[in-house]
Amino acid sequence: MKQYLKNRNFRSGLLITGIMIVIILIGLLWTPYDPNAMDGSAKMQGPSFAHLFGTDNFGRDIFSRVVQGAGATFLIAAATVAIGLAVGLLIGGLTGYYGGWLDEVLMRVTDSILAFPSILLALVLIAILGKGKYNIIIALGLLFIPSFARIVRTEVAKQKNTDYVRNAKLMGAGGMRILFIHIMPNIVPVLLSSVAIGFNNAVLSEASMSYLGMGVQPPDPSLGRLLSEAQGYLFSAPWYALFTGLAIILLILGFGLLSEGMGGE
Amino acid sequence: MKKRIISLVLAIALVFAMSACTGSKPQSDPQVTPGEAAEGGEITVGLYNDLDASLDPHMSSSSAATREILFNIFEGLVKPDSKGNLVPAIASSYTVNDTADVYTFKLREGVKFHDGREVTANDVVWSLSRAAGLLGGDTLVADVAHIASVESVDGDIVVTLSKPDTEFLAHATVAIIPEGHDPLSSVIGTGPYKFVSRVVQDNIVLEKNADYWGEPAHLDKVTLKIIEDPETLVMSLRSGALDMAVRLDASQIGTLDNMNILEGSSNIVQALYLNNAVKPFDDVRVRQALCYAIDKHMVIDLASDGHGTLLGSSMFPAFGKYFMPELTDYYEPSVEKAKELLAQAGYPNGFEFSIMVPASMQSHVDVAQVIVELLRPVGITAKIDQVEWATWYSDAYQGRKFEATVIGMDAHGVAASDLLARFVSTSPKNFINFNSPAYDAAYAAATSTTDDAEQTKYFKECETILTEEAANVYIQDGASFVAMAKDLGGFEFYPLYVLDLSKIYKTK
Repeated sequence: MKQYLKNRNFRSGLLITGIMIVIILIGLLWTPYDPNAMDGSAKMQGPSFAHLFGTDNFGRDIFSRVVQGAGATFLIAAATVAIGLAVGLLIGGLTGYYGGWLDEVLMRVTDSILAFPSILLALVLIAILGKGKYNIIIALGLLFIPSFARIVRTEVAKQKNTDYVRNAKLMGAGGMRILFIHIMPNIVPVLLSSVAIGFNNAVLSEASMSYLGMGVQPPDPSLGRLLSEAQGYLFSAPWYALFTGLAIILLILGFGLLSEGMGGE
Repeated sequence: MKKRIISLVLAIALVFAMSACTGSKPQSDPQVTPGEAAEGGEITVGLYNDLDASLDPHMSSSSAATREILFNIFEGLVKPDSKGNLVPAIASSYTVNDTADVYTFKLREGVKFHDGREVTANDVVWSLSRAAGLLGGDTLVADVAHIASVESVDGDIVVTLSKPDTEFLAHATVAIIPEGHDPLSSVIGTGPYKFVSRVVQDNIVLEKNADYWGEPAHLDKVTLKIIEDPETLVMSLRSGALDMAVRLDASQIGTLDNMNILEGSSNIVQALYLNNAVKPFDDVRVRQALCYAIDKHMVIDLASDGHGTLLGSSMFPAFGKYFMPELTDYYEPSVEKAKELLAQAGYPNGFEFSIMVPASMQSHVDVAQVIVELLRPVGITAKIDQVEWATWYSDAYQGRKFEATVIGMDAHGVAASDLLARFVSTSPKNFINFNSPAYDAAYAAATSTTDDAEQTKYFKECETILTEEAANVYIQDGASFVAMAKDLGGFEFYPLYVLDLSKIYKTK
């Protein structure tokens, strides 16, 4: 951690992400307005002190919606990465350590999944699973497995032939113990930066899915949903798209800087 | 990395600078003073949706957007005018027998198809038979399915119906096309405009029919440009790339100060349609509770800036004598009453249901969002399920697999039955599964009488039953705005979903 803190990218990334997470956490408990409450007397107002980010076509407070929407998007992205990482670790670890036919089969499967454009595949999955917040998490989570599995597999295969693994084997440690107790901690740094990149991709995927009407359903906000609503008012209420877009940029920028700071020094 | 951050900051600053340019938007003057008509000229009209792949005028599944353009190319024996009257077109006059099951049409002389051939009685017989499915194929136009036979007798056309129908004339608007002609091979009608060309997803070009039997079109050429993105459409109007667009909503007209804006209504019955066969909507008290809970004044204030005509039943004002304004406020909005009814029906703590809405129809999605909010205080949790239009049509409309949906129903003709027939319990169009013996009886009485006053009375009874039984939560006939370049005139609103291009002219 200390070595990372010396890195300027990492520090600024930590700051941005930290602020975003604090805002999102506060948003879970309190927002200035009910994000879904409509107010006919305050429609399409520009940013003001009463409404920091202005209001939308129903008089809903955009700040409250962006905060809650960022929360929804964050949750979806985090859960997606968690699924991808957990299953990816398992598959990547086993195939990387044991190799053999299992490796061949699982890697060909991941190859075929990676061959499709991910959004297209996600749309197919949503068509099967149905729409909604939780199905988006499952669909995107499944899509994130192959990339994590590949990274883990490569790293594990690399570590397999190092001295400490051989020593552990000589001391009679079992395969699972070596894999998860000895090897895993050593690939964490690489994993961390790919988690950050994966998180960014998940944020963008959620945004595109909800933008296409497949994800979070109105009136509930998510950043993609908000962007989709804002599109109709690009010229009459530009603040709508602007602040929503800014929230997406900040989320991604924070994690992007974190991963840069951890990976390429 | 630093460079990237700087360029990002610059990009954000640029967006801010651009957004500052839009500024305030003066409301345009709704007063239109049309100048004198000049003949000739050409205009470009913006359309939201491309027309259906098939321009066959007898295709019953055609969208309203397609029918509205085909109105300019095809004509029937009679056609509706902007007042809602049926005026003779290809027929010059007609007679009905006393039992209203035999209609005799006299053919107008000198009506020519767009390919120059004169319209004969055989063309009419063939076209009507094709539409009614008498040539061995399917019934293409459901409204004329009750035609038993069509014959040409001494040059007149005699239409015999399998059951009396005093409103048959409203459906004698079925397009007349050349005998034996395949409408998919080329588009040939008799209307004031000829079809010239089409580029799918881009444009359709129409040209004046100089040989038109009636008052010919003023403009020489009309290009219909398809612009699916509403914001781009408005920008094109602002820049002058488009001369005209119809069916704009309140949020779009604010920035169009270079255009004349006309306000009309869209002639649809927009409602929260409830599937009367599924729980909990099979209980009339639940449906009534929704009617009390959903304050339609709030709905149009929030969703359409207060524009729109509130409705209380399946009928809109353009239908004149059939419209019953007294039904509009039949349910005085009241959260207490709604809760009381819900408690009586066994749902003291409310319930959950989902509202299916076609995602591309923003006005319906907006109304659905307001409804979700208005139902919250009553304890009902509504969820919105956005679907593709095709899914909506197959699941909700044809499959009747839905709980509730926000949609607008339009009328094919100017007959009251066009709006009311679908609620007869056995109607194939009764997608909400409404089932009321009283309604069926009133409707049957209305369609079997030939006395106009009596018929109106029964149709009004039908409307009242729909309101009392709370078949659906009726909202509004949405406002519809037309934007026209300042040098254009002659636009007329129709009581139907129609865009009549032939009346439009450039001013001198």
